[in-house]
Amino acid sequence: MKDMKTPIYLDYASTTPIDKRVADKMFEFMTMDGKYGNPASRSHSFGWDADEAVSISRKHIADLINADPREIVWTSGATESDNLAIKGAAHFYKKKGKHIITVKTEHKAVLDACRQLEREGFEVTYMEPMSDGILDLEKLEAEIREDTVLISVMHVNNEIGVIQDIEKIGELARSKNIIFHVDAAQSAGKIDIDLEKMKVDLMSFSAHKIYGPKGIGALYVRRKPRVRLEAQIHGGGHERGLRSGTLPTHQIVGMGEAFRIAKEEMNKDYEKILQLRNRLWNGVKDMEEVYLNGDFENRYPGIMNISFNYVEGESLIMATKDIAVSSGSACTSASLEPSFVLRAIGRSDELAHSSLRMSIGRFTTEEDIDLTIETVTKAVEKLRALSPLWEMYKDGIDISKIEWAAH
Amino acid sequence: MAYGKKVLDHYENPRNVGTLDKDDKSVGTGMVGAPACGDVMKLQIKVNEEGVIEDAKFKTYGCGSAIASSSLLTEWVRGKTVEQAQEIKNSEIAEELALPPVKIHCSVLAEDAIKAAVNDYYEKNETKKETA
Ligand SMILES: Cc1ncc(COP(=O)(O)O)c(C=O)c1O
Ligand code: FES
Repeated sequence: MKDMKTPIYLDYASTTPIDKRVADKMFEFMTMDGKYGNPASRSHSFGWDADEAVSISRKHIADLINADPREIVWTSGATESDNLAIKGAAHFYKKKGKHIITVKTEHKAVLDACRQLEREGFEVTYMEPMSDGILDLEKLEAEIREDTVLISVMHVNNEIGVIQDIEKIGELARSKNIIFHVDAAQSAGKIDIDLEKMKVDLMSFSAHKIYGPKGIGALYVRRKPRVRLEAQIHGGGHERGLRSGTLPTHQIVGMGEAFRIAKEEMNKDYEKILQLRNRLWNGVKDMEEVYLNGDFENRYPGIMNISFNYVEGESLIMATKDIAVSSGSACTSASLEPSFVLRAIGRSDELAHSSLRMSIGRFTTEEDIDLTIETVTKAVEKLRALSPLWEMYKDGIDISKIEWAAH
Repeated sequence: MAYGKKVLDHYENPRNVGTLDKDDKSVGTGMVGAPACGDVMKLQIKVNEEGVIEDAKFKTYGCGSAIASSSLLTEWVRGKTVEQAQEIKNSEIAEELALPPVKIHCSVLAEDAIKAAVNDYYEKNETKKETA
């Protein structure tokens, strides 16, 4: 085990390596020997070949989520999809109303798009989920107003992995005639998405979270009932005017291939990741003062967010340099903030400062997990030996009762 | 975040980790920072009859730079008089460890910790004088 290749990559929620099969496919659309034409060129076979490849990819995206290829709009990634969905729908339907509902644990792409709309005169309600990370549907219903035009709730949370009940929220939104947007960057290709069943109007996707290339994504825009958007990028009128710009054939083909493979291998990937997740959790959960963030049942197993109380996250990352993981921590005064997601689910500052997100993927092995358990256990022990808070805890002192001079 | 060699060295092999008896009147304890901010530093000094710091211990909850700053500080104060220890500036710590700008406050915390420890020592020993 000592001569394993380190650091071990356990940050699949941040991005994934491109699957070799995807990279090979992409390469067919780049050089002189390949199909490098502009898919919008109608006058020659270079264009036709590229256009055909784009159509096939569009179908792969639609097939994974049980949608129609005509409902797929290419974008540069989930960030752009979120922006197009939220700003595009808000702008189009602003005469109907100016109230939007979203959740505090959403990705920044959603939250900051909403902030921008606030500056433009929209009103946004940022809901707090329950302490398990799940949105309370009764509370959501209570927030709906006459002038609510849009609800945006993500599928799988990128930091804690919890899954929102998209089917039920969709029913609610549809019954009130409100547009429903879902950021599915972390769920597509990992858990089932069936847009025949889910009453979702707009859904954001990204390729690089599912073994495709970075810089390409898509937005699903429902046709029946039809959802309208105001374009955010203007130009040559590509993508039926919704998103201008020459289509990046190789990126699109990469995303298509990644989604095609995901459809075929989703169940296999899921089972494997679940096993590895269980191995990881069983390996660390018996340490003292270890907390899983987010509900244990309603979650995608590939994302684990664990707080090791009385140990600060940035030093924990330093002590675990053999594994590539992420932390929401590092003290506030240093511009790095404790995870806003953990704060939103009501975790104390200490627990929010003590968290590690470990995300598992297609290429993770049992050896990776075993080394992770060993590394994390040692690091936590080492840092607790250094921690005055741990010492106080062990002495039975309640640190929440102490008056700290916050700075 | 990339760390300098000296930070890594103190972080990997922290000097003088531990706890002195805070009820001992020759011991001054400084505890600064707050869990909510992600940093808590405890620094203790043991002062002999001549007013010289003969032992120093720390425990720190915080980032690598905070751990390194407090570790370095315990090395520096040993053998110094209480007055000399009070003179240590955060900028000297930051310079020695080559801390980047976002980590300067970690060294400020260390300066606060030694000041607090010295004050605690003074307080203990003055009240002692008064009651005597
Ligand atoms: C939930 C979620 N939404 C949006 C994004 C942004 O995706 P992209 O990097 O494709 O813009 C990410 C990933 O960073 C994400 O996890
Ligand atoms: S103590 Fe705040 S970042 Fe170092």
